[in-house]
Amino acid sequence: MVEHGDIRVVHRGGSKLNFREPVITHDSRYLLCASGECVKVFSTSTEECIHDLRGHTGLVTGVLLKPSNHLQVYSCSADGTVRLWDYTDGILIKTYVIGYPVYSICASANHEGVIFIVTPMLSDKRSDLFQLVAVDLPQSGDQLVEARELSAVLSDVSSNPAAIVFGRGGEYIASANGLHLEVYFFKKQKSYRFSLKEDNKKGGKNTLTCVACHPKDDCIATGHEDGKIRLWRNFNHKKEYTYSTLHWHHSAVSSLCFTPEGTNLLSGGMESVLVQWRYNQESERDFLPRLGSAITHITVSPDGALFCTSHSDNKITIIQSCVKVSAVIQGLVKGESVRTDMMVDPRSKSLVLNGKPGHLQFYSLQRDKLLYNLDIVQQEYIHESGLEQFEVVKAAFDASGSWLATVEERKTKDAELELNLKLWAFDEQTQSFVLNTTISAPHEARITAMCFCHATDSQTTMLVSTSKDGHFKAWQLAAPAHTEADEGPSWSCDFVGAYHGLVPECCCFSADGSLLAVSFQEVVTVWSPASWELLTTLSQPPKAVRDLCFGRLSCSKYLLGTTANDLLCCWNLLTCSLEWSTSMDISLLLADPLTENMAAFCCQAGSTDLFVFKPSEPRPVFSQKAVCSGKVTRAVFAPREEMLESCEESSQWLNHSQLYFLTPYMDLVTFTTKAEEDRLMASSKQLIIDDSVAMTPFYLLLGKHRQQEEADPVSSLSAERRPLPQCSVAIKELLQTPAHVLPSTSFLCSMFVQSLLISVTDGREETKHAEEEMESEKEEDDSEGEMESSTQRQDQALLGGQAAPALTKAQHRELRRVKKLDHSWFTRLLHS
Amino acid sequence: MTKKQRKFSDRKEKKTEVKMGEFKVHRVRFFDYMPTAIRAMAFNSRTERLALARADGALEIFNFADNYFQEKVIPGQDGRAVEALCWVGQRLFSAGLNGEITEYDLENLRPRYTVEAYGGPIWTISSNSHGTLLAVGCEDGTVKMFEILEERIQFQRNLDRQKGRIISLSWHPSGTLIAAGMMDMIRIFDAETGRATHRLLVERGVGASKSKEVVVWSIVFLSDHTIVSGDSAGKVQIWDGVTGTLVRTHLVTKWDVLALSVSKDESSLVAGTSEGTVVQFQFISSTVDQQDKEWVRTRTFKNHSHDVRALAHTETAVVSGGMDTQLVVRPLLEKVEKNTQESALRKMTLPHRSLVCCAKKAGLLLFQFPDHLELWRLGESDGHGKPGDSLPVKRKPEKLIQLKRKGEDHICCSALSPCGGWLAYSTVTSFRLYRLQNNNISVTKVSKLPKDLRWAHQLCFSPDSSKLFASSSHSSVIVIALNQPECKYLHTLKPKSGSRQPVHLLFASEDGKWLATANADCEIHVYNLDKLKLHCTVPVYSSCPTAIAIHPTTSNLVAVHADQQIFEFSLVQKEYTEWSRKLQKQGLHSLWLERDTPITRVAFNPKNPAHIILHDMFMFCIIDQSLPLPEAKTPFYNQITLRSLPEPQRLVHSHAFKICKNFQHLMCVSLLEDHSLVVVERPLLNIMSQLPAPVRQKKFAT
Repeated sequence: MVEHGDIRVVHRGGSKLNFREPVITHDSRYLLCASGECVKVFSTSTEECIHDLRGHTGLVTGVLLKPSNHLQVYSCSADGTVRLWDYTDGILIKTYVIGYPVYSICASANHEGVIFIVTPMLSDKRSDLFQLVAVDLPQSGDQLVEARELSAVLSDVSSNPAAIVFGRGGEYIASANGLHLEVYFFKKQKSYRFSLKEDNKKGGKNTLTCVACHPKDDCIATGHEDGKIRLWRNFNHKKEYTYSTLHWHHSAVSSLCFTPEGTNLLSGGMESVLVQWRYNQESERDFLPRLGSAITHITVSPDGALFCTSHSDNKITIIQSCVKVSAVIQGLVKGESVRTDMMVDPRSKSLVLNGKPGHLQFYSLQRDKLLYNLDIVQQEYIHESGLEQFEVVKAAFDASGSWLATVEERKTKDAELELNLKLWAFDEQTQSFVLNTTISAPHEARITAMCFCHATDSQTTMLVSTSKDGHFKAWQLAAPAHTEADEGPSWSCDFVGAYHGLVPECCCFSADGSLLAVSFQEVVTVWSPASWELLTTLSQPPKAVRDLCFGRLSCSKYLLGTTANDLLCCWNLLTCSLEWSTSMDISLLLADPLTENMAAFCCQAGSTDLFVFKPSEPRPVFSQKAVCSGKVTRAVFAPREEMLESCEESSQWLNHSQLYFLTPYMDLVTFTTKAEEDRLMASSKQLIIDDSVAMTPFYLLLGKHRQQEEADPVSSLSAERRPLPQCSVAIKELLQTPAHVLPSTSFLCSMFVQSLLISVTDGREETKHAEEEMESEKEEDDSEGEMESSTQRQDQALLGGQAAPALTKAQHRELRRVKKLDHSWFTRLLHS
Repeated sequence: MTKKQRKFSDRKEKKTEVKMGEFKVHRVRFFDYMPTAIRAMAFNSRTERLALARADGALEIFNFADNYFQEKVIPGQDGRAVEALCWVGQRLFSAGLNGEITEYDLENLRPRYTVEAYGGPIWTISSNSHGTLLAVGCEDGTVKMFEILEERIQFQRNLDRQKGRIISLSWHPSGTLIAAGMMDMIRIFDAETGRATHRLLVERGVGASKSKEVVVWSIVFLSDHTIVSGDSAGKVQIWDGVTGTLVRTHLVTKWDVLALSVSKDESSLVAGTSEGTVVQFQFISSTVDQQDKEWVRTRTFKNHSHDVRALAHTETAVVSGGMDTQLVVRPLLEKVEKNTQESALRKMTLPHRSLVCCAKKAGLLLFQFPDHLELWRLGESDGHGKPGDSLPVKRKPEKLIQLKRKGEDHICCSALSPCGGWLAYSTVTSFRLYRLQNNNISVTKVSKLPKDLRWAHQLCFSPDSSKLFASSSHSSVIVIALNQPECKYLHTLKPKSGSRQPVHLLFASEDGKWLATANADCEIHVYNLDKLKLHCTVPVYSSCPTAIAIHPTTSNLVAVHADQQIFEFSLVQKEYTEWSRKLQKQGLHSLWLERDTPITRVAFNPKNPAHIILHDMFMFCIIDQSLPLPEAKTPFYNQITLRSLPEPQRLVHSHAFKICKNFQHLMCVSLLEDHSLVVVERPLLNIMSQLPAPVRQKKFAT
C-alpha cells in the first residue's frame, strides 16, 4: 500500500545460511555466506558473525571471490544486480546492474573482466528455462554501472549453482541439467553434450544433481539422484568419452567438490556423512560421519586446509583437514513444519520454536544467533523415513520465563497415541531449563491448546491444557504430599473441566489472570480460575471458534475470537455481549503483550493480508495486503530491546515490539520501517571504522592518544560506546606517577583490578537484586520490612538504569554482606 | 541320479493360441541339464571365432561374425581340465593341469594330438605374435618353449627355472621378451637367451591375507613395455617393464583378479574378478589435447554372479565367462552404433543345439548328458479342461533307463528312433547302438556294427526306424540299415562341394525319401534316399543354418539361419518357393530379427500343412503360411490384443507369426503323433540355484 511505503517486509534474522554454498577466503580466516538479503561474514575460528554486507534488495543468490583480487567478493541477487564488495571492511565497491534476476554466478581467472551468470531465458517468459550468460563488466569508475554487454554461452542450464562449474584453468565449463552433461570449450567454441538413459533397469535414477571439475586433470565428477558419482573423462570426443562410477551414497548426492590440488574428491548427501575419495584410488575413502543432518553444500578453502559443509538444518560446519569439526555456525533450525507456536522466551527474549527433531531451539533475534537447543524428548532420533517418533507439538512459557511446559506426542499407525506433558523449571545455576515434572498421558486424546496464567502477582502458577477428549485440565505446582527432603515441588492436576461433552479447542487467560476463556466448538466459556466457577458463556453460532485472545492493557475488557465461518468477534466482558464483529477469514490472531495492538493474518486469494488493530478502535492501525503468498499460521510479537521512537501513526505499532511470522516456505520475515533500516545501515558503516579489535582497557589506554589526535567525528563515535574506566582515578594515577616512586606491583595490582570492577557494578548489582528478590519470594514468611526494602532497592535499580548514580561504598559493603549470608538454614526450617 | 520326484515334474496343460489351434502340452521340467563352468577363452580376431573351454574339458567355438552362433562343440574327456587356450592362426591349442598340450582337429571335432610337457601341471599357454613359438608355464617353475611346426609342435628349450609355479605368461608383441606371473612376483625373461632380466615383487594383501602368498593370476605385456598384472590380492598393477618399477596400483576388489584382457589397439583393458565384476581400464590422457596418457579405471560391468574366469576383449565388446556358466557379450557402446542389434547385451547359457530327442510314436524322451543318457516316458492324462488349465496327471512320467557311457570321452551326440526301439550314441572315439525291448525296459547292445562307423558328429533315424544316418568326416553321411539282429552298412553319402567341415544338422523326411544335411560351411545338401545320391544343394547363404526340416507333404525344405532368416526351398522344383521369395522381398519384422537366440528346431503341424512350428530359447512360434506377413509397422507380439478382439476383426489384424512365450528357456518343442506338444523347459533360475555359493559380498542394507 502506498500509504505505508516505509514499512517493508524483510528477511531479518533467522534466514537461511544453507541457501547457497559459502565461500572461504584465501587466508581461511573468513567464511562468506549468502543469508537472506545480505552476505554474512563469519570468522572461521570463532564462529562469530563479523559483519553483514548489506545492500541487495532481493534474495542473495550467490557469493564468489573475485578471481583477480582475492580481497574482493562478488555477490549476485534476485534483484538483478551483481555487487562487488571489500569483505574485510564491508564496503560496497561497485554495483553492476544486470536487469534480470540472477540465480547463480561463476567466474574464472582465465576470463578477465567477465563473469558468468545464470538468468531466466530472455526470450522466454516461462521461468523454468535458464541460460548461462557471460557479462562483460565495464571498466568504469562509477559506483553504479550498468552491465549491458551480455552474451549467451549455454542455453537450457539448471538454476542450481552446483550444476555449473569451470574446468581446469577455465578452459571449459561443465553444466549438468536433468539427464545431460554439457561441456563447452571456450577455445574451440564447441560444446559436447552427453546424455544418460532415463532410468536404468535396476531402478536407479540417473538424473544429475551436481557437478565438479578436477583442477588439474580433465575429469568431471557428476553426482546423481541414485547416489552414484560418475567421473567423466575424454569428454572432448563425441563418442569415445568414458566414465567410471563410484557408489557409496544411498540417496542423491547433493554436493561434490575437489580439493585444490585435486588429490581428493569430497561428496555429501542425505546421509550426513562427508565422504573423501582419493582421486585415482577411489576404492580408498575416508568418512566423517555424524554431521547432524543432510549435507547440502561442500566447499574447500583455497589452501585446502578447511572444508566447510552446509547442512539442511541451516548449519555450516567447518572441518579441519577432514578429521575434526572445528566450528559450527548454526542458524535458525528449520524443519519441514513448526508444530509448536512461535514464542518469545521472557527471560532471554529469544525466539522459541521447534528445532532439531525432539528439541526446542532458543534463537536470539537481536544477535541473529542460535543460543541453545533444549532436548525435550530426550530420545535418540533415528534418521529413517516412515518411522514415527516423538515430536514436540506444544510449548508454553509462563510470564516470568521460569516455567516451560511442553507436550510431545507420537502417533503410530496402529498403536494408541502417546502423549507426555513435561514441565521444566529454569535453573539459575546452569542457566537452562531442568525437567521438573513429566506427566505421561495427561489427556486421553490430542492436546489442542495449552497456556499459562499470565498474572504476574498471582502466588501460584497455573497451566491449563485443553484436549480433544472433551476436557480441559488445570495443573498447579504443589509441594509433594510426603515430605522428602530431596524432592522439590512438582506439578499435579488441580481441576478438570468440561462443558456439555463438547471438545475444547482453545484457551486463553486474561492479562490479569482472573479469567480463563475456553472455547468449546461454537461456545466460549469464561471461568474464574480462583473458584473454578463457570462465569458466563458467549456464543456466536454457527461455526466453531478457532482462536481466542484477550485484549491487553486498556482493552482488557475485550475478548476476541475468530470462527471457522470467517468471522472476527469481539465480546465485551463487562456487558457480556458482542461488541462488534466483522467478516474476514483470519488464519491467525495474536495480541502484542506490550500494547493493546492485535494482529490478524487473513488468508485471501492465495496470499495473506495483515491487519493490526486495537479492539477498542474501529479503524485498523495498520494494514498491508499480500505480505506473503500462502497461509501464515505462525507469528509472534517479539519485544524490542530498546523502544523505537517513531511518530508516524502507521508505524507506531512497531515501536514496542516487532512482528515476526513464518511464511509457508519456512522463511522467517518481519516488518521494518525506513527509519530502522537507515539506522541499521548507519551502524554497519560504523563497524568499518571500528575494526574488529576487542575493546579491552589496554586497547583504550593505547588508543587514547590516537583518538585525541584524530578528528572530532571519531571522538563523537567513541562517545556512543559504553563508558569505560578510562576516567578511573587509579589508572590515571598509575600512568602519571613516575615509575620509581610507585609502590610495589602487588599492591598496585589489587587496586588496578578493583578499579576495573567498578565499571560493571551496575549490571552486577542488578542481577544481585534480582537474585535477592527471588530468594525473598521463596521465603514467604520473611519479615515484611526486609521484603519492602529489597523491592525498594530493586525499584531504584530499575528506575535508575544506566543513568543511576554509582552506589556508595557503604551500600556496596552491605550488599556483599547480604550475599555472603547463608540462607540454607532457612530452607531447612521450611522443610522440617 | 534318480529324479523321479521333482516338484514340477510333468504338468500337463491345455492351452490355446488365437487362430492357431489347440494343443495338449506336456510341460517337461525334469531335464536336469547343467552347463559347466567356463574356464578359459581365446578370441581369434582374424577369423572372429571365440574358443571357449569349460570345466569338463569341452570346447566350444562361437562365430562372432555370424550372430554369436555356437558353431562347433568338441566334447570333453575325463581328466582333461583345460586351463588355457591359445589360437595360432587357425590352429587351436590348449593346455591343462594334466600336464599336456593338446592341438584340436576343428574339422573332425576331436583332439588331434597331445604332447606331454614334462613340467607338471600346466597353468598357462601363450604364443608369440609371429605364431612360431608356444610358451607354457608349468608347476615346477619352468617356462617351456615349443616350436610350432606344420603338423606338430616340438619342444625347443626351457627358460631359466624359477622357484614357484608359473601361473600366467604374456609375450611382448615383438617376441623378444616374455613376462611370467608367479607366486609373489613377476619375472621378465629374454626369450632369446632364456635369462630372467627383471624380478618384480608383488605386494601381498593386507590384514589376514598378509601371510598368504599372492598369486599373479593374469599378466599382459603391452607393446610400450608396460606390464599389467592382476593378482589374488585384488590388485591390478601397472608396471614399467623397462625399469621394472611399479607405476600404479588399482585396488579393484577384495577378492581375486582372475583374468585380464587387452584390446588389440591397447587402449582398453578389462579385468575379471571373483565378485563377478569386469572392470575396464582405459589408456587416456589426463588432460585434453595432450599426449601423456595413463591407465585410468573407468567402467565396471556386473553381469556375473560368480568368478569371472575368462575374458576376451574384441573390437567392439567385452566377452566374459566364469563359474556361473554364462557367456556374456557386453558391447562397448562407444564402438558400436546405438540401439542396434550389436549394442545389445547378450547372455548365452543353453547350447545352440538340441540335447533332447523325442520318439514321436512311442512318447519317449531321450536326454543327453556328457556322461550318460536318460530315457523317460511321458506322463498321461485323460482330463479335459479349458484352455490354460493344468490337467491332472493320470500316469506320472517315468525314467526308464539311465545309460552310462563307456570310456573317457564324453557323449557328443545321441538319437532315439521314432518307434522307440533303437537308441544310438557316439563319442569321438566310439559309436554304440542299442536295441530297446519289452516296453523299453531292457537294453541290448548291438555288437556287430559296420566297420566304417566308428564315430559320428550327428545321428538321425529314419521316420520308419529302418535306417540310421550318421554324419562322419568331411560332411559325409553313412547310411545303415537296421535289421534284427544285425545292422548293415548301406552307403556313404558325400557332397560334391568337398567341404571338410562337420555336419551339425541331419533331417530325414517323413516319407523316407529325402535326407537333408547342414554343415559349418553353411551348405545344405539334400540326398535322395531312394537313389542314395545327392539330389540338390540349396544355394549357400552366408549365415549358418541352425535348424532344417522337410515338409511331410509338400517336400519343401525349411531352413532357419543364425541371422534369423527363414528360407523355404522346394525340393521338387529345386528353387525357393513363392512364400520364401515373398518373405525375402518384404523382409522379416525387426522384432523377429532382434531376438538373440537361434531357432533350434523346425517342425510341422500334420493337421494343418500351412503351419510351421519353430522355437528358440525364449519362445515358440507357429508360422501360418496362409496368413499375410507382418508389415514393419504392425505390432508383432499381438496375441493378447487379438484375443480381446471380436472374431471378425481378428482376421484383419492377425499375421503369419503366432508367438507363444508361456514357456521359457526351452530346450525342445516337439509334436507327438497324437498331436500333443512336448515342451522341455530348463528354467535358468534352476541352473542358478544349483551353482555353488559365490564369494561373500557386503550388500547394502543387509
